[in-house]
Amino acid sequence: MSTQVDASPAAESRSSWLSGPAGRTVGLVVALVLLAVVGVITGGERFASLDNVMTILRLASVTGVLAIGMTFVITAGGIDLSVGSVLGLATVWASTLATQTMAEDLHWTVMVLTGLAVGTAAGLINGLIIAYGKVVAFIATLAMMIAARGLAEMISGRQTQVVQVDGFLDFVRADFIGVPVLVWMFVVVAVAGWFLFNRTTFGRRTVAVGGNAEASRLAGIKVQRHLLYVYGLSGLTAGIAGVMMLGRTTAGTSTNGLYYELEVIAAVVVGGTLLIGGRGTIVGTVIGVLIFAMLTNVFTINNLSISAQNVAKGVIIVVAVLIQQRFAARSTST
Amino acid sequence: MVDVDRDDAAPPEGADAPDVPLLRMEGIVKHFPGAKALDGVDLDVLPGEVHCLLGQNGAGKSTLIKVLAGAHQPTSGRIVLDGEEIAIPHPVAALRHGVATIYQELDVVDGLTVAENVFLGHELDRGGFTQRREAIRSTREMLRRLGHPEISPHREVGRLSAAGKQIVSMARALSHDARVIVMDEPSAVLDAGEVQNLFRVVRGLTAQGVAVVYISHRLEEIRQIGDRITVLKNGRTVGRDLPAATTPTAELIRLMTGRNVEYAFPTRPGVPEDAPVVLDVEDLALAGTFEDVSFQVRAGEIVGLAGLVGAGRSEILETLYGARRRTAGSVAVKGRRLRSGSVDAAVAAGIGLCPEERKSQGLVLDEPVYRNITLSTFARIARGGWLDERAERAAAREQVAALDLRPAGVDRAARTLSGGNQQKALLGRWLVHGCDVLLLDEPTRGVDVGARSELYALVRRLADAGTAVVVVSSEIPEVLGLADHVLVVSEGRVVHRAPAQDIDEHRVLDLVMEGTVA
Ligand SMILES: Nc1ncnc2c1ncn2[C@@H]1O[C@H](COP(=O)(O)OP(=O)(O)OP(=O)(O)O)[C@@H](O)[C@H]1O
Ligand SMILES: [Mg+2]
Repeated sequence: MSTQVDASPAAESRSSWLSGPAGRTVGLVVALVLLAVVGVITGGERFASLDNVMTILRLASVTGVLAIGMTFVITAGGIDLSVGSVLGLATVWASTLATQTMAEDLHWTVMVLTGLAVGTAAGLINGLIIAYGKVVAFIATLAMMIAARGLAEMISGRQTQVVQVDGFLDFVRADFIGVPVLVWMFVVVAVAGWFLFNRTTFGRRTVAVGGNAEASRLAGIKVQRHLLYVYGLSGLTAGIAGVMMLGRTTAGTSTNGLYYELEVIAAVVVGGTLLIGGRGTIVGTVIGVLIFAMLTNVFTINNLSISAQNVAKGVIIVVAVLIQQRFAARSTST
Repeated sequence: MVDVDRDDAAPPEGADAPDVPLLRMEGIVKHFPGAKALDGVDLDVLPGEVHCLLGQNGAGKSTLIKVLAGAHQPTSGRIVLDGEEIAIPHPVAALRHGVATIYQELDVVDGLTVAENVFLGHELDRGGFTQRREAIRSTREMLRRLGHPEISPHREVGRLSAAGKQIVSMARALSHDARVIVMDEPSAVLDAGEVQNLFRVVRGLTAQGVAVVYISHRLEEIRQIGDRITVLKNGRTVGRDLPAATTPTAELIRLMTGRNVEYAFPTRPGVPEDAPVVLDVEDLALAGTFEDVSFQVRAGEIVGLAGLVGAGRSEILETLYGARRRTAGSVAVKGRRLRSGSVDAAVAAGIGLCPEERKSQGLVLDEPVYRNITLSTFARIARGGWLDERAERAAAREQVAALDLRPAGVDRAARTLSGGNQQKALLGRWLVHGCDVLLLDEPTRGVDVGARSELYALVRRLADAGTAVVVVSSEIPEVLGLADHVLVVSEGRVVHRAPAQDIDEHRVLDLVMEGTVA
């Protein structure tokens, strides 16, 4: 009898720790540390300075916020190709003359709220089309990606809209305990995302729907409504990221966030979230984003070309996914 | 006491030809992380015999045949085929050695046609071009042998029923010209008539010297088709070389479970006249599938739907559950009419469904067992949207104990449970939820003999506590033994209804056949 299954709690937690999420996270941390070592060796002081660390974090914060929303979408079995364009649209809409005038008259948060509202609305439209219109997520969000970019060009007339609302600039460009507000925003979104993902019914539904939508439906979960919310959430993070972008560049243009969706999806997948849905990790996503940001930084410090950077990123994506599959295979069968 | 555990030495030199095993598995051990699925299993299979593997859920039957099929690598052990030790590093190697397998869990590709599925992985080709016409011809021939000439080779497999898919995977196994065909619970999704078809095919194969390894939890089938039995328990061979026809049932069950279980249906206390009607289904219809279905279930009553696979019984359950949008009629729970096509309305009203296909419709396979058990209750257990995983685990553990689900750990992925235990987890989901109406679609599919009687007793206890239960089962004795009231369904119509004690198996079969002819 005792020979059959080692089901003691200790054994269970031991095996699931090694092959489970924690094991994968350790792998990612190791990769991040290796990259830092490369940075120190090649860049020396220029890499290891506090200033540079902040630069990396600032670099990571915008894509990081997008990646948190994307983690939910991908875990739910979907994809959101529109985040980069929606981000661009949010920066444009939040920095039009009309919005800025209103912000001057009322309060600078008008700009923030505009960005968030634009992002959320775009996300909810994606959600409606996907959940209730039953259009494949790839197509629906591809359409949104094209349309939102177009709308951003129309609104801005392809002009760069410089932000002149001091209250807004003072806020987003400030430091708090020596750390930029942008980075704090990323931290807040990531922590909130972690709790939402791991500790709430919303997160549980996301994993269940991505793991088996039909079984979730038959268990009484409102699958369509949940998908609507998930895409809405992704839109919201695109809006937040838009506001952050506006603060970082002090200008709204329709080209903001171009190709961000690719880097964001890559970071999420490298972090360990399964592209087919049903499993996701916020911690992994954060590390994935940091890896990409640090890589960009190491290349920039060493004056290597963007092209070389892209080659390296491509290689990293493939290697990371290969390693993950090993882990995944070990934790499920054979 | 029978000494079934004795260690067989190798067969003596010069033994009669038919006694030389075609296939021999020796000391097979297979460890999974955290579980020892096989712990020294021996099996020998003679040419031309039907060799039955018996064992409780989780005993290791499927794992053993997956080792044989090359889907799992054994931790240790030897496989000898035709006197030669072989290695089976991957599934293709097994096929090359002439070992074809029908897996317990359907392994067909929904998006491909029947013919494409049958020849998946060994497409007939000439110079790189698939020979579609030839593939379709031989698929049609195999479907005919299996008694299903009506399935078109061009049909997309995703549109077939579970039974239809099973037929396709059998056709695939036949397409390999194998010397050993392994069937892991092939009859689980088949009805009585189709099982007979299957047996005809099996007899045809064994007459040509093909050995068949047959796994089933239905002892009647094993008596009918089997030659010898090997019994597994906890990953070990505990009984070997038992004659299938004559070994007493009690002995088999004792070997499997290690205790004496009586295999019987619980007594029916009888539903009191004044018990309130809980479920009221009126003139329910789903275009093209069934129509005019009306019945009532009172608190404490078990209503069984008998009939052939494809008669529309599962669809009736799914429609009244809201998983399909009804085209006519009404469903009411405790007098309140339910919205059409809304599962969450049905769940909120107190209906629970254990679906027929547990992998695709029931479980989130990569999620832990406890989350599968609380899939319809986690939001209720949660406080203000914050999950209470401790309470979830406790609730799940309680069901795991009540259902004797094994292994008992609730943190392992549902995928790693054996088939019968997955079924129990699904049942546990609605036990945690607590329903007024419980719909059970093939509740004992894949559940072992010992657990079956426990399950019957459990369903009866639920009914006694006031739950209205509707059971669909392809095993007529099960419907008759468990239900208070039986509806016979044929071709989407209720052709007969009667109290269970007033009807017997033959009558049900007659009614079903009449209905089909009419
Ligand atoms: N991939 C896996 N990882 C971990 N444990 C596994 C895995 N697959 C099977 N097991 C365990 O191995 C044991 C044997 O499982 P197996 O599926 O062979 O049982 P079975 O005899 O076929 O049962 P059933 O009659 O229910 O189909 C079970 O305890 C099961 O939980
Ligand atoms: Mg099995």
